[in-house]
Amino acid sequence: MKLLITILSITMHVNVIASQLPTSVVNGVKDDRHTIHAFTHAHIFVDSKTELNDATMIVKDNEIINIGEKISIPADAITHDLDGAYIYPGFVLLDSDYGLSKVPKKSPFSFFGKEILDSTTKGVVNSNEAIKASYQAVADFHHDKEAAKTLRKIGFSTVLSSKHDGIMRGTSVLVSLNDKADQQSIVQAEPSFHLSFSKGSSKQLYPISLMGSSALIRQTWLDADWYGQGLPDFADLDLKAVNDNKSRLQFFEVKNWQQLLLADKIALEFDKKIVIKSSGDEYKHIDAIKKLNRSLIVPLSFPKAMDVSDELDAWNVSLDKMMEWEAAPYNLYYLHKNGVEFSIVPKDKKTFLKDLRKAVKKGLPKSAALAALTSIPAKILSNKKLGHLKQGASANFIITQGDIFTDEGKMVENWVAGKRFIINKLAKISSGVYKLELNGTSHELEVVAKDGKLKLKNPDKDSTIKYKAKMDKDFVSIEINDKDNSTQLLGLTTKNAFRNIKGQTPQWSMRRISDIKKNDKEDDKKQKHSNKSADKTPIIAQPFSTYGLHVPATAKSYLINNATVWTNEEDGILSETDVYIKDGKIIKIGKNLNLKAEVTIDGTDLHLTAGIIDEHSHIALLSVNDIAVNSSMVRMEDSLDSDDVDIYRNLAGGVTAAQLLHGSANPIGGQSALIKMRWGATSDELLIKGADNFIKFALGENVKRSSSQKSIRYPLTRMGVEQVYRDAFSNALAYEKQWQTYNKANKEGKRKDKKHLAKPRRDLMLDATLEVINKDRYVSCHSYVQSEINMLMKVADDFDFNINTFTHILEGYKVADKMLKHGAGASTFADWWAYKWEVNYAIPYNASIMTKVGVTTAINSDDAEMARRLNQEAAKSIKYGGMSEQDALKMVTLNPAKLLHLDDRMGSIKVGKDADIVLWSANPMSIYAKANKTFVDGQLLFDRDRQAEIEAQIASERARLIKKINQADEAKMPAMMGHGKHMQCDSITGYEYLLGAVQ
Amino acid sequence: MSRAIKIFSVLVLIGMATLSHALAPGPAEKQKQPVVYHNGNIHIGNGQILKNATIAFDNGKISRVGHFKMAWQKTDIDLKGKHVYPGFILPVTGLGLTEVEAVKATRDGQETGKINPNIRSIIAYNTDSEITPTLKFNGILLAQPTPQGGLVSGLSSIVQLDAWNWQDAAILTDDALHVNWPSSMMAKFDFSTFTLKVQENKDYASQLEKITTLFMDAKSRSNLHDKKLVNLKLDAVVPVFSASRKIYIHTSSPKSIIESINFFQKIDATHLVLVAGQEVEPVIGFIKQSGVPVIVSSAHSLPKRDDSSVDDGYTTAIKLHKAGILVALAHSVDSGVMGARNLAFAAGTLVNYGMEKEQALQLITGNTAKILGIDKKYGTLEVGKSATLIITEGDALDMRTNILDAAYIDGRKLNLDGRQQKLNQRYLEKYQR
Repeated sequence: MKLLITILSITMHVNVIASQLPTSVVNGVKDDRHTIHAFTHAHIFVDSKTELNDATMIVKDNEIINIGEKISIPADAITHDLDGAYIYPGFVLLDSDYGLSKVPKKSPFSFFGKEILDSTTKGVVNSNEAIKASYQAVADFHHDKEAAKTLRKIGFSTVLSSKHDGIMRGTSVLVSLNDKADQQSIVQAEPSFHLSFSKGSSKQLYPISLMGSSALIRQTWLDADWYGQGLPDFADLDLKAVNDNKSRLQFFEVKNWQQLLLADKIALEFDKKIVIKSSGDEYKHIDAIKKLNRSLIVPLSFPKAMDVSDELDAWNVSLDKMMEWEAAPYNLYYLHKNGVEFSIVPKDKKTFLKDLRKAVKKGLPKSAALAALTSIPAKILSNKKLGHLKQGASANFIITQGDIFTDEGKMVENWVAGKRFIINKLAKISSGVYKLELNGTSHELEVVAKDGKLKLKNPDKDSTIKYKAKMDKDFVSIEINDKDNSTQLLGLTTKNAFRNIKGQTPQWSMRRISDIKKNDKEDDKKQKHSNKSADKTPIIAQPFSTYGLHVPATAKSYLINNATVWTNEEDGILSETDVYIKDGKIIKIGKNLNLKAEVTIDGTDLHLTAGIIDEHSHIALLSVNDIAVNSSMVRMEDSLDSDDVDIYRNLAGGVTAAQLLHGSANPIGGQSALIKMRWGATSDELLIKGADNFIKFALGENVKRSSSQKSIRYPLTRMGVEQVYRDAFSNALAYEKQWQTYNKANKEGKRKDKKHLAKPRRDLMLDATLEVINKDRYVSCHSYVQSEINMLMKVADDFDFNINTFTHILEGYKVADKMLKHGAGASTFADWWAYKWEVNYAIPYNASIMTKVGVTTAINSDDAEMARRLNQEAAKSIKYGGMSEQDALKMVTLNPAKLLHLDDRMGSIKVGKDADIVLWSANPMSIYAKANKTFVDGQLLFDRDRQAEIEAQIASERARLIKKINQADEAKMPAMMGHGKHMQCDSITGYEYLLGAVQ
Repeated sequence: MSRAIKIFSVLVLIGMATLSHALAPGPAEKQKQPVVYHNGNIHIGNGQILKNATIAFDNGKISRVGHFKMAWQKTDIDLKGKHVYPGFILPVTGLGLTEVEAVKATRDGQETGKINPNIRSIIAYNTDSEITPTLKFNGILLAQPTPQGGLVSGLSSIVQLDAWNWQDAAILTDDALHVNWPSSMMAKFDFSTFTLKVQENKDYASQLEKITTLFMDAKSRSNLHDKKLVNLKLDAVVPVFSASRKIYIHTSSPKSIIESINFFQKIDATHLVLVAGQEVEPVIGFIKQSGVPVIVSSAHSLPKRDDSSVDDGYTTAIKLHKAGILVALAHSVDSGVMGARNLAFAAGTLVNYGMEKEQALQLITGNTAKILGIDKKYGTLEVGKSATLIITEGDALDMRTNILDAAYIDGRKLNLDGRQQKLNQRYLEKYQR
C-alpha cells in the first residue's frame, strides 16, 4: 500500500509540472523560473549561411536573447563551456504524422467484391469518403513521448504533423517536441492544408485510379467554390473546410515524379499555390521538375540494392532497378544543382543521419543540407522564429560533437523550446597523447577515446607495460601492469585530464599534451582507396530507362534512297523511290531526288511506310480504369508515364502514334490521350498537340461487370446500359440548358431573383458528356455484339451525334451496313475470340467484311506485346477475306489516322505530312518484315542497326553495376523480377497479369 | 438468378448457338483410294525441303515422297508449286478443355487441389469444341490437351483434331505428367498500391516438399511388386520411372529449372521435358548438358526485363536451337487457346529473327513429335508415317500465304469449313443482296 501511494504521488507530481498552464490551479506553491543559459566556446551555425567560431549564445526561456563571438555573459547565467562543440538551429520536420491517431486499416480492394458505391463515413461529410477536408490535426493531437524522443535524437525540434489519410486530408498542426502538455506543444494550430492522390482508408470504390483521384480533386475544388457562394441547400463540412482553408499553405503529397508533375498541372489549372511532398525520384526528370519552380519536401529515400551476388538471381533484376539504386542518393545534389528549393524529411528515421551524410557525400553541400532542415522549412511555413539562431529566435538548437554532416559528428543535446534533452554526454576526453605523472615520475601515453571508452597504449612499441582504463560517470580507474608490478589508480575526469581525488593517494595526474602523430603511410593508403572508390555522378538518361537517350534526339534532314514506298495514296506502291524529310515533315517524294541531306540512307531492298498508328493502346499509363459508371471526368493524360519501355518496344515494331484509352469498366469511360511515341519526351510532350478530343465508351460484359458475381453496380444488363446513356445525355442537355439560362440572365443583369438564377454546379462529368453531344469530343466505343452496337448508334442518332469509332467491334460484320449509314468507323482485332461469351461469334473475316461494305476499318492491339506486330495482325486479313496488301497496311496506318482525325498529318507518305516513317526489312505485310528504322516527327527514334551497340552498352552497364552492388557494404534485399506492366481493357492497373484474364 | 439457372441458361445459349450456325464439321471418312500429289514443295519437317516433288499416300500412310519418274495416273493432282507440310502439332494446350475462358461452366482445365497426378485430360477433351476447326483451318492437326494449375496438374494426352469422341481422338493417352515447379519468388498484386510486387514465396519449401515426397513415395512404390492397395495418385506417378510416361516441368525461374531437372534425374525419372520461356536463357548450358528438350511456351511474349533486348521472347527458341537443344514451340500455355491458331506464324517469327525456314518448321512438326514421343508415326513426311499433312497455296509460316487447299489426318481428307467460314459466307451474301 505504501509503495502504491509513492508511485501515485510521483506520477501526480510529474503531471502537475507538465501541465502547469496559466489557467490551471497550482497544487502547492508557485515555482516560476527563468534560467538564463550561456553557451560558450561553441562553433555556431546561426543559420545555413552564418558560421561563428568560438562564439557564445545566450538563451532565456524559449528565446535566443543574444549571440555572437564577443558578447558579455549575464551575471545570472549558467555557463556551458562547449569547448568547440557545434550548435545548429533545431531541425524542422515538414512531413510527419507525429501524435495523431492511427489511420484505420481497410481490407484490400477486390475487383470481384460487392462494390461500395457511397461513402461509409457518417455525418455532415462529403459524398466521397476520400475527401476528409474537415479533419483538424490540432483536435486529434496528443504528444507521443517515444516518437518525440526518436525525432529529437535525429535533430528535429519542431514537427508539422498531418494525417496521411485520404485525398483531401484537412489541416495539420505545427508542434514542438518539448514534451510539455499538449496545450503547450502547439506552435501553430493549423498552418497548412494537405492533399494527395491516395485515397487512404476510404472504403468507397471511386476513385481507383490516378486520373480518378485527379478528377476528384478538381471536382471538389469546383464544388467548394460553388458551395462557398451559399447556394446549395445542403451542408457539407468538408467543402466548407476546403473554403475555410483556402488561404493556408497547401501541401500536396505525391508518390512518384509523374504524380509530382500532375499535382503541379492541376494546381496551375486551379490557380492553387502548393508545396509538393515528393518521393525522392526527382532526379529522373530534373529538368521538368526544375521548370515547375515549386518548393519541394523531399524524403531521403534510397532504394535498397538487390542482392545480385548470385548470377542467376541477378538475371531477375532489371538494370533500371540498379540504376535507381545508384542514382537516388544523388537526388538532393541534382535538386540543389538545378536551383530547386527543397526541405529534407526522413524516409526512415532510424537511418536518417546516415542517409543525410550519404547525400552530402554524393555532392549536396553541407550548407544546403542545413538550410533544407532549418531555414527552408521555416520559410515555407513563414515562421520567422524557426530555422535560425538569431536574436529573438525560438530556443531550438542542437549541440553536436563534430560536424553533424560527417560520420564523425555526434548528436549530444537537443534543446527544444528552451528545454534541454540530453542525447549523448559531451565527451570530456578526446584522443591524444597524454602525460601521466605518478609519484614524481612522468611518461607519455597514447589515449584513444571513443564512445566513452578508453584505450591506453605506450608509444614505445618495445614497452612491456600494459594499461587498462575504465570511465564510469566522472570517475576513472586505470590499471598499470608492468610484469609483476600492478598499480591501481582511481581519479576524477576533467576536461582532457584525469587526476587523483583530493586527499587520496597515490597522487597522480594525466593531461592531454598533443595529438597522436599519424602514420603518414597509412593515411596515403586511405586516400588512395577513397579516390578509387569515389563515385562518378551518374548521368541520367531521358527517359529514365535502360533504353533512355543520353543525347536528346533531333529532327535532322534525311534522304532515303531507292526504297519501295507504300504511299497509301493514289500512287500506291512506288518502287525505287526516294523520300526526303526535314524539320519533322515529308518534303519530297520521287525518283532520283538529288537533294543534300544531313543523313542519307540507302533504302535499296527496304520498304518505306507511314508509321503504324494503334487506335487502342494502354501502354505508357500508370493506371487504366476508373470505376464510376460515367467516368468521363477522368483524363488519361493525367496518368501518362513517359518512361514506359513499351514506348521503345512499340517503336521497334514500327508504331509511331497511339490512342491511349481508358479501360472498359464503364459505359462512359475516361478521356483519351493521343500520343506520339516520342521516346525521350516528358508526358506532356508525348501528347499530340491540336488533336481532337476523344473518349472511351464501353458496352457488354465488362460494363455489366460479368466477371464479378457479387457486383451490384448499375447496370448489370445490356438493357441497363442503354438507360445509362440516355440518362447521361439527358442530364448533360439539362445541364447545358441550366447554364445557358444562367449565363443569359447574368448578361442581362437579372440577378435579383436568386432562386431561379442560382449559379449551377459545374460538373466535370457532365461537361465531358456534353462535349460528346456537342461534337467536341469523339467516341471510341468498346463493343462486341450486334445488338449493343445497334443500340448505341440509335441512342447517338436520338441525341444527334455520331459514334466515331467502334473499337474491338467483333460483330461489326453483322451490322456493317448500319455502321456505314451512321458514319461509324471500326477498329478491331484481327482474330481474337473465345475469351468470353460475347466474342463467341467473332470471326477473323470481320475486318475484311467491314472494309468491303465501306466502313473505315483499323486493326488495333489493346496489348503492349501485340502492338509490336500490328503489321502482321493487319496482314491476317489477306488470309481471311482476301484483302489486298495495300488495304491491309492502311488498316494500321491511314485508317486509324482517319479514325483519330489525324489523317491530315499522318497515315500516308505524302508531302507535307509528319515524317512518321518506318523502314522495313521486307514487305511489311509479310511475317518476315522487321522495322529497321522508325522516325517520329523526323527524329530517328529506333534504329535496328544501332541495336547491337545499345545492347552491348546495356550489358556492360549491367556488369558494372552488378560489380558495384556486390562491392557495396550495405544491407540488400532479395533479387526479384521487376515485372513490366501489361495492361489491357480490363486492367485496373495491371491486375490481370496475375489472374490471366484478357480483354 | 441462382447459379444453376445461370449455368442452364449458358447451356441453352450454347445449344441455340450450335443449332443456329450448324455444327462444327463432322469427322472425315477413312481414306479409300490412294492420293498422289505432284510438283509440290514438300517440307518434310526434319529440316529438308523437296522442291517439285511427289507425295503419295494410301491407307492413311505415306507411300512415296520424292522425285519419281513414273507415269501420272488420272487421279493424280498437279500442285503447280504449292506447298505440302506435315500437320502442325500444338503441344501443351487447353484445347477441348476450355471453350470460353470467361464462362466458368465451360472451363474443365484445372482440378481443385495441389497434387493431382491422377487427373486425365483425355476424359474431358471435347472433340466438338468450336475452337478446333479454327486450328485445323490454319494447319494444326494434332494437339496435346493438358491440365493446368496446382503443383502437379495431371496427365496430358495427345489427340488428332478430327474425331467423333475422345476415344477416337486419342493418339497417345496419358503421355505425360505435368509438374509446376515452384519458384522462391512469386508475383503478387498489391491492391494498396496497385502494383505487382514480386515477393518471397513463403510456401516455397512446403510446396517443394509436397512435390518431392510425391515422387519419392511413388519411387518406392515402383519397387513394390504387389500393388494390391490402390493409390490413385501414386499409381499415376509410377510409370515415370519406367519411361512409359514423361514428366513435363513447367517453371518460370532459372534456378527452378536446375533444381527440378536435378531432382528428377537423381531419382531416375529421366524422360523429362521442360516447358518454359525466357527464363531458360541463363541456363542454356545446363539444359544442354542435362539433355532435356524444351517446349518454348510462346514466341510472342514481351521481353522479361525492362533492359532485355527488344527481340527477347522472339529469340528464346532460336538460342536453344543454336545450342543444340531439341526444341519445339507451343502457343497457348499461359494464354487462351483462341490464339493457338497462330502457331505457324510464331514459327515464322523465328525466321524473321534468324532461323532457317525449314528449321523453324521443325519446331512445330518434327521436333514436337519427337518431344511428345509420337515421331514414329507423326511429325514428318516420310514413307510409312501417317499421312497427316496440309497443302497450302504458299508459305504456311506467313499469314499472307497460309491458305489451306487441303488437310489430311491419317489420310482422311478434312472438311475445313468451320462456323467462322460459314458466318463469313452468310454475311458476304447479306451484303450482296
